[in-house]
Amino acid sequence: MKRRSLRWLLPVAALPVLALLAYGFRVNHRDIPSPLVGRPATAFTLTSYAGEPMSLEAHRGRVVVVNFWASWCIPACYEEAPVLERNWRAYRDRGVMVLGVDIQDKPDAGRKFIEQFSLTFPNALDPTGKVSIDYGVYGVPETFFIDARGRIRAKHVGAVTDAVFQREVDRLLAEAK
Amino acid sequence: MTRLAFLLTVLLAATPALAQPPATNVEDPRLYEVASQLRCVVCQNLSVADSPSEMAQQMRAMVRERLRAGDSSEQVLQFFVDKYGEWILLSPRKQGFNWLVWGAPLIAVALGLVIFAIVVRRWTARRRERVAAAATRPAIDPAMRERIRKELELEGER
Amino acid sequence: MTPELGHGAIIVAGLLAIYGALVSAIGGRTGRTALLESAQHAALGVFGLVTFAMLLLIYSFLTFDFSVRYVAMNTNLQTPYYFRITALWGALEGSLILWAWMVALYTLIVILRHRHNARELYPWVLTTMLGVAAFFLIVMAVPAPPFERMTPIPANGRGLNPLLEDTGMITHPVALYLGFTGFTVPFAFAVGALATGRVGDRWITLTRRWTIVAWYFLSLGLLIGGWWSYHVLGWGGYWAWDPVENAAFMPWLTGTAFLHSVMIQERRRMLKLWNIGLVIMTFALTLFGTFLTRSGVIASVHAFTQGAIGVFFLSFLSLVVLVSLALLAWRWEALAAEGELDSVVSRESAFLLNNVLLVAATFTVFFGTVFPLLSEAVRGVKVSVGAPFFNQVTVPLFLGLLFLMGVGPLIAWRRASRDNLRRNFLWPIAIGIVSAAIIFAAGVRSTLAVLTLALTVFVTATVAVDFVRATRARLRMGEGLLPAMGGLLVRHNRRYGGFAIHLGILVIAVGVTGSQAWSLHREATLKKGEAVELAGYTFQFAGLAARDAGNHFLVESTFKVTNGNIAPREMRPAKKFYPQEQSPIAHVDYRLGWVEDLYLVLGDFERDGSQATVKVQVNRMVSWIWIGGVVLTLGTLLAILPDRKKPA
Repeated sequence: MKRRSLRWLLPVAALPVLALLAYGFRVNHRDIPSPLVGRPATAFTLTSYAGEPMSLEAHRGRVVVVNFWASWCIPACYEEAPVLERNWRAYRDRGVMVLGVDIQDKPDAGRKFIEQFSLTFPNALDPTGKVSIDYGVYGVPETFFIDARGRIRAKHVGAVTDAVFQREVDRLLAEAK
Repeated sequence: MTRLAFLLTVLLAATPALAQPPATNVEDPRLYEVASQLRCVVCQNLSVADSPSEMAQQMRAMVRERLRAGDSSEQVLQFFVDKYGEWILLSPRKQGFNWLVWGAPLIAVALGLVIFAIVVRRWTARRRERVAAAATRPAIDPAMRERIRKELELEGER
Repeated sequence: MTPELGHGAIIVAGLLAIYGALVSAIGGRTGRTALLESAQHAALGVFGLVTFAMLLLIYSFLTFDFSVRYVAMNTNLQTPYYFRITALWGALEGSLILWAWMVALYTLIVILRHRHNARELYPWVLTTMLGVAAFFLIVMAVPAPPFERMTPIPANGRGLNPLLEDTGMITHPVALYLGFTGFTVPFAFAVGALATGRVGDRWITLTRRWTIVAWYFLSLGLLIGGWWSYHVLGWGGYWAWDPVENAAFMPWLTGTAFLHSVMIQERRRMLKLWNIGLVIMTFALTLFGTFLTRSGVIASVHAFTQGAIGVFFLSFLSLVVLVSLALLAWRWEALAAEGELDSVVSRESAFLLNNVLLVAATFTVFFGTVFPLLSEAVRGVKVSVGAPFFNQVTVPLFLGLLFLMGVGPLIAWRRASRDNLRRNFLWPIAIGIVSAAIIFAAGVRSTLAVLTLALTVFVTATVAVDFVRATRARLRMGEGLLPAMGGLLVRHNRRYGGFAIHLGILVIAVGVTGSQAWSLHREATLKKGEAVELAGYTFQFAGLAARDAGNHFLVESTFKVTNGNIAPREMRPAKKFYPQEQSPIAHVDYRLGWVEDLYLVLGDFERDGSQATVKVQVNRMVSWIWIGGVVLTLGTLLAILPDRKKPA
């Protein structure tokens, strides 16, 4: 009798597997948590498109937003460029710095992108990809929010929106006070 | 189509090649070994060693640089794990929960062999019983004899 | 109008398929043949309508009907006509049409071949086949309509994924889908056997050839996929253990297990339960494969677009798995009639071990593929399980299978006598050991390579021993040498077809091992005129050129390749720039050889052509994999020849 009921375990055993697959619908494969959040941001110095040195160290003590982008990243980078510019203008007087890092790109294309959106915050090409590896970037756009003490506090994957920018930056500004 | 401009530049730049000695730098054999353990971040399931993408090329350059700087293979892997998380490793570290996936093949084979052993024991025992039972009977019935003959015949040709 | 017509045809076909499935089941229960005939007509109607819809979609492609979203997304005005036809299966919706069409086609063939010889199973077979067809049609009617309109109508389409513009992509999906859908037939018969309780050997006999054909197409699909990966994707390999590759590999493994265990049932009338289980598993795994590719549940390079379709697939997969396992549990008593075994040293047990290893390999691959999900569900940590893992854990299993490949076909059924073992294995084992020593002495230090090659020699020797002995027996009967060998192949086509398939697998195994153990890689950034050396070859960078190549721009580099005495050759790896793609696509240049392939991939370059980065590979023995595929094909053809009736 015992064996007779045991055989019904066969279909029942399939249930957890099917449930696991169903769980897969809830997983976002683009959303890979960065181990860097909470850790000090790695320093870097690049030469900006304007020809000046662009380094993270120079802005220690301020809230810094580091944005990784590329001219070929359509449409997300094109959607967020005006957002970044707008918020940079709104927050620059409150001690917020925005730095753009152009990765896996050709200088001409990058320059054209900056002109197209009349970006006024500093942007630099990362010619060797070293900065993007240091920040664990796996796609563009990705944006890092760094607090006044130089620690990475949040990472945003995909196009930045006004809401995301303001939420993260306001939080870090409030702490700094 | 904007790329046409630079393509033309490339065309114009074609000049006869000058005979030069081969580049002499020797590739560190560890490069491929380390790079093939790392997941190319833009291509999901290819390794950094294999992917033709620019990102992978830059990551290979990084591996090369760190190996030259004196890092061990394990240190280079750890460097990438620190930046990207465990996700970057193409085979999970043998620790904690991950033992499950490493143990799966062993468990599967062991379980299979146990079932195999049980089945073989039970089936051979049953066979012995039946042969013993048949031996006490006076003679093999004609139908059985026919079946045995047929099977032997088949055996000859298979 | 055309798109609406196509969509209508799909809906009607779906309704017909549901009707046919129901009517056939009722006919099966009540024994009313009129209902069965009606179901057959429905199946015919389904086939006609799906064919019609598929032709309409091809027509839309050929006429650039960009009002159809699927056409607009997968072609543009520059796409040549043959790729416009194959664009049919270039993405999700169209591949579903092809899939449904194949199921409908197989249903028709089943009707033609089996309506008289499978009497009691037949209604359920028809129900199952039509049920599967209905599912694909429902998916096309609701979440993934191929004929969906697009507004506003674009002036030009987005274009086919450039990676699919290749002959490998014309044939690979077709072969793979023929394999996947082919397993629907044995599955349908297994369901029939369970539903009627006639779980005897009839269904096995009827589906033997079907299984071999499905297995063959699946093998072919995997091999062509490897070839495509090798010469198009430009990463230097042919198998990446990507979830989608795994998904196609798993039913191949269980299908292979089934092909072998079926022989035990045919001869010894045992393993009924196990065989039905294997067929269910194989079919469920083909569905799992489609689910994986089309749901985006597991990250993969091949992933089609995601969406509601995943839910449909998972529901159907659950239905199939739960219903068929419940049927299995229901018929447990009838199936569980246990077998008898004379001895452990017998062909039966060799085949059982083969099944243990194949199923263990399937489980390993399955668990590795879904492990990232499990890790995330349990620990909340994302991990990757990729090639280094799979290579490490599956190799021992495959070595074991190679060994059994030598033992299985020669060891006697029931009980292998000492004499049988000595006669069949003394020489092959001796030759295998000697060859291992020779290979080691020749300087091969990779354990994997030594083991695989020695096992290959051992298995080949067993085949040779068998063939030579059988030929000699015929020679003694007074036949000539060639007629004797030919007669042997034709008379015992199943046996020697099987041997040939084994040899094909061996050749593939040698190719895989050789390429893993001996391939060389190098990457170099070269100024114009500079050269890089690898494996005795010198690759000199001679410059870049660019040209318009129809639907894309091509930046082509030239490398002069010299190898001591051989006259210099030129190789031209390139990058293709497609307007619809964000990043350029590497265009590999390769020279195939019996022993080694030269393989160049162009990396980054300076626009003025002064400098370029190149990946140079000398890939060893890769061609053997493709040659093995040819051997496999010949073996399969031999194995499915109609059986010759022996003169009494």
